[in-house]
Amino acid sequence: MSSPPTAPPEVTAPESEGRPPRQSAVRRVLAFLRNTWRGLTSMRTALILLFLLALAALPGALLPQRSLNQQLVDQYFADYPTLAPILDKGGFFDIFATPWFAAIYLLLMISLIGCLVPRNLDFVRAMRSDPVATPRNLARLPHHATATLDEDPDAVLARVRTLLGGNRLRAWQRAERDEADGARTVSAEKGRLREAGNLIFHLSLVGLLVGLALGKLFGYEGQVIVLSGGNQFCNSSILGYDSFRAGLRVDGTELAPFCVRVDDFAADYLPNGQPDSYRAQIGYQSAEDVEAGDTTRWSSYDLQVNHPLRLDGARVYLLGHGYAPRFTVTWPDGQQRTGQIQWRPVDMTTMLSEGATKFERPGVTDPAQRQKSQIAVTGLFAPTSSGGQVITSVYPDLRDPQVAVDVLRGDLGLDDGRGQSIFSVDQAQVDSGALTRVARANLLPGESVTLDDGTQVRFDDVTPWVSLQVSHDPGQETVLIFAILLLAGLGVSLAVKRRRFWVRVVPTGDGRTEVRLGGLARTDQAGYGEEFDRLRVAILGEDHRPPEPSGPAHQSESSGTPETGEPTGSTDRGDT
Amino acid sequence: MPIDPVLAAYSDDLYLGAVAVYVIAMFLHAFEFVGNRKPVRARALVATNGSADAAPAEDDAPEEPTTGRTRSDKCGRMGVSVTVVGLLLHVVAIVLRGVATERWPLGNMYEFTSAICLAAVVCWLVVLRRSPALRPVGVFVLSPVLILMFLGGTVLYANAAPVVPALQSYWLAIHVTTVTIASGLLMVAGVASILYLLVKAGKVGKLGAKLPGADALDRLAYRVTVVGFPIYTFAVIAGAIWAESAWGRFWGWDPKETVAFVAWVVYAAYLHARATSGWRTTGAPWINVVGFATIVFNLFFINMVVAGLHSYAGLS
Repeated sequence: MSSPPTAPPEVTAPESEGRPPRQSAVRRVLAFLRNTWRGLTSMRTALILLFLLALAALPGALLPQRSLNQQLVDQYFADYPTLAPILDKGGFFDIFATPWFAAIYLLLMISLIGCLVPRNLDFVRAMRSDPVATPRNLARLPHHATATLDEDPDAVLARVRTLLGGNRLRAWQRAERDEADGARTVSAEKGRLREAGNLIFHLSLVGLLVGLALGKLFGYEGQVIVLSGGNQFCNSSILGYDSFRAGLRVDGTELAPFCVRVDDFAADYLPNGQPDSYRAQIGYQSAEDVEAGDTTRWSSYDLQVNHPLRLDGARVYLLGHGYAPRFTVTWPDGQQRTGQIQWRPVDMTTMLSEGATKFERPGVTDPAQRQKSQIAVTGLFAPTSSGGQVITSVYPDLRDPQVAVDVLRGDLGLDDGRGQSIFSVDQAQVDSGALTRVARANLLPGESVTLDDGTQVRFDDVTPWVSLQVSHDPGQETVLIFAILLLAGLGVSLAVKRRRFWVRVVPTGDGRTEVRLGGLARTDQAGYGEEFDRLRVAILGEDHRPPEPSGPAHQSESSGTPETGEPTGSTDRGDT
Repeated sequence: MPIDPVLAAYSDDLYLGAVAVYVIAMFLHAFEFVGNRKPVRARALVATNGSADAAPAEDDAPEEPTTGRTRSDKCGRMGVSVTVVGLLLHVVAIVLRGVATERWPLGNMYEFTSAICLAAVVCWLVVLRRSPALRPVGVFVLSPVLILMFLGGTVLYANAAPVVPALQSYWLAIHVTTVTIASGLLMVAGVASILYLLVKAGKVGKLGAKLPGADALDRLAYRVTVVGFPIYTFAVIAGAIWAESAWGRFWGWDPKETVAFVAWVVYAAYLHARATSGWRTTGAPWINVVGFATIVFNLFFINMVVAGLHSYAGLS
């Protein structure tokens, strides 16, 4: 990304040309646009935009982000009640979705394209043209050597041709020219591939952005919790999900309607409680199967972390797991209801879980009665209970499950139109006295507690649940392809070195030939010194050492390294 | 996955050994700056011990038969040899960790910093092989390596253990190894840029006499960065591919990802600054230092302070 060679670096400098005293408005506007464009596409602007991009992204790592963790954002609001709303106005909790972040990278892309197009043209032109003519005075180049050989010019030139055209240095492009005074020159250049790599790298960035945009527009991501033991989930609509993040152009009507059935879930833990493996045995039906009405055939898959199921352009992931205790309530009249819903882990290392399983008494039609007879079983579940009065969990696996529950009876507040958490009861109902605790007990599987009215609440057993994520991103292949191209372009543009090499042979008249060599590294990677030396020795022979390097002496590199005199000056401008 | 406690203990011992040997190497390199500048041979000839005539013969290297060696030079050379010994211990320590845990030995911050140091030392030795004149920089490469290894062995240390399911993937070997190599290289480049800035500002005092010239330091920084940056880019891409199969998306602006992106942009800015007149010698080295700071920030701050999906520090 650099300004084209014709653009002056200080594009807005007014005194750069003799400007007529009065300009027409159109001209002034055009000049303004041209200068703005040049300014935008200059390397300096690109640099500044790169800095801005880095700076703008940084708060995304330091401040909690809504897209990652809403709870942390809420916590931040609670901790910094004055600062947080101000930050929120600036979009600091959704940095990567803010217009100003988008503005920076879009400007950068425009700057990049504006820089690339002229470069592209230059590149094509350069590929077609011959290497530049040999400078008049080769001794002024950073690398040079002169010798008079006992050979005729043809012999020397033949050697140069073999050398520069040989297999080892095939990359050299050559042009031979005759000069007026009878001298003959060879101009050679290599490393033009560097520019190609450079272009591929920068164009890939644009491609990458297009791929990202595709994903943002047409992708979606949904999470759903499914109890193991044969429960199913179908990707037929957004409603099937517990949470769903839709792309800007996704309305949920065109999801691939595949189905997944969770048959079994197993987690292995090390003795210290560290998880070793999670695997869910699942069955699935592809969208094609479902649409064909073939609902009996299930393919099986071993779903694991790092091994998502790839199905119909979507991926199904195993994200998490937990436990769902099952309770049965038996009312005094003999009616029974069984409830089972996921409880959420509150401690990931021991899988101590909390939740609320809610019941309505069957056969009660009077709304007033109904609101007095609802039951909630809420509390803690320990997969491996510590035992004792106050239980906790000591191990994440299901070794010795136990629940510590409160049984609440009354009005759960399910009908008041407000949503409530599936993991807890509405505390407002408890506070108002509409919901009262009628029992508290620690229950092992099979144990039950009897309420004052004779109702029995039994803890039956427990089933694991898995949290699945379904993701669809139509842009990710595009992103991958451009990422690989980007890497290839980057590698080429940093590894290939642009080198120029000139030979001038001047017949001295006595049958001998004066040979002058010159070399210029167009990129500032060191190492051309060695290569130039090899070429020099091959052409002039071992004993024609060059004069002391004219470049700035490097005090400590003067011994041993032949890189001394490597140009570190302005030879690389516009090459990276 | 059973852990072999004996091998794990050997690994720890070798790690300590490597640290000790690196310390010796660092002191030898440091003596390079204080050593006198008279040729050792002159002193040896003054001495009349039996070994007097043997000493110059040993000292004479084929490439510089006339000058002889100064003590400072000898210290520097020994420093390099001792560094190689430390490197061997270091390699074996890391390999044994892997064998003991039966997994790729890059599963927590202790192993990660250890491997970064290894990468930095290897990079440094490769640089030395190509440009022996840079040798006096050795002490400045070994100091951050030792600081990191000290922190690794104390604050960050984690017992040999298996890794959580999310890390059980061959992408661990690809992604983390390349991140490690890139970080090691960029560390060497960062050190070179810091030295460059110090030399340029005339803040090195008498050390300046032995340090390579500013241009050589700048060139070292650039040459190492242009190798490290593509490796880093590859590592980020590999990480994205891994995230796609582990976390359900290839890029999600997780704090670690965000700072990795920031570091990438900073290094991209460095390469661009190298090609911008007016920035090449003044701005660019600063950007390189900022890039290195970002890498360090990502390694420590993000892993240990900011919670995110990359919280595999193994610290409790």
